[in-house]
Amino acid sequence: MNWNSWSEFFHMGGYGLYVWGSYAVTFALIVGEVLLLRVRRKQALKMALRTVKYGKVENNEIAT
Amino acid sequence: MSSANWYKYSSPATFYSLAGRMIPWFYAAAAVLSVIGLYIGFVLAPTDFQQGESYRIIFIHVPASWMSMFIYVVMAVWAAFGLAFNTRLSFMMMSALAPTGAMLTFVALWTGALWGKPTWGAWWVWDARLTSELILFFLYIGFMALQAAIDDPRRADRAGALIALVGVINVPIIYFSVRWWNTLHQGASVSVNKAPSMATIMLTGMLVMAFAVWMYAIAAALSRARSIILERERNSQWVAQLLESKE
Repeated sequence: MNWNSWSEFFHMGGYGLYVWGSYAVTFALIVGEVLLLRVRRKQALKMALRTVKYGKVENNEIAT
Repeated sequence: MSSANWYKYSSPATFYSLAGRMIPWFYAAAAVLSVIGLYIGFVLAPTDFQQGESYRIIFIHVPASWMSMFIYVVMAVWAAFGLAFNTRLSFMMMSALAPTGAMLTFVALWTGALWGKPTWGAWWVWDARLTSELILFFLYIGFMALQAAIDDPRRADRAGALIALVGVINVPIIYFSVRWWNTLHQGASVSVNKAPSMATIMLTGMLVMAFAVWMYAIAAALSRARSIILERERNSQWVAQLLESKE
């Protein structure tokens, strides 16, 4: 075991800013991408449903 | 496997439902592998005798860098397939990979900067490895910007495929940059023709994390591809049937 306490773990031998700065940004970007994927899927489904109901719809007509 | 099967899976309708069933498994694999990889990386792997704890950035830096290059190569392969056989799905997969590739390239650059500062004393240097990776980032961004700027999907596909194919020359340049030029960046830690230059437990953690990122990238790209299919094929019969069957 490398760490005797949580504070030692967060301190990372003085490199905490660099190590956690790397992991935090990566984690945030992945969460962000997953959220964007969900938004895109919902919009694509909504658009497809409208097309099925009302016939052909152009991209620029679906602003809302 | 007969060729008829391949044609079946290259149809967006079949792919759409198949991908839908596979995505949760890839996300689950990515999550499980990340937990194992981070456990190895932070709990089992010892402190590095030269770099102290700062080296633990490796468990994210190297997997992200590998995948940033690999995804671009896969994009170029889909581009070549699309141009050669004119298959819709090939171009959709090509477009679906780009944002994930760009994101991982940014992660490689960002974690590299945060690792470079304590190790080299600089966030950034214009050395061959770093510069060629930055060019990779611009290639991804350029690909997405170009595709977004062209309204006709078929023309956007062809223009994007051209960038993907021309830009793929940059990938071997990134990979071999540490050998071809004198760079500040260290050489490859893992290569096919010699033993890895790092402790086994560190190497294991890095490889597990690489598989985790790989699984994540597949899940994200498949998910994006499904949205692209819906966007582009919403006027087709199979989408209508699919949506009506769900209501």
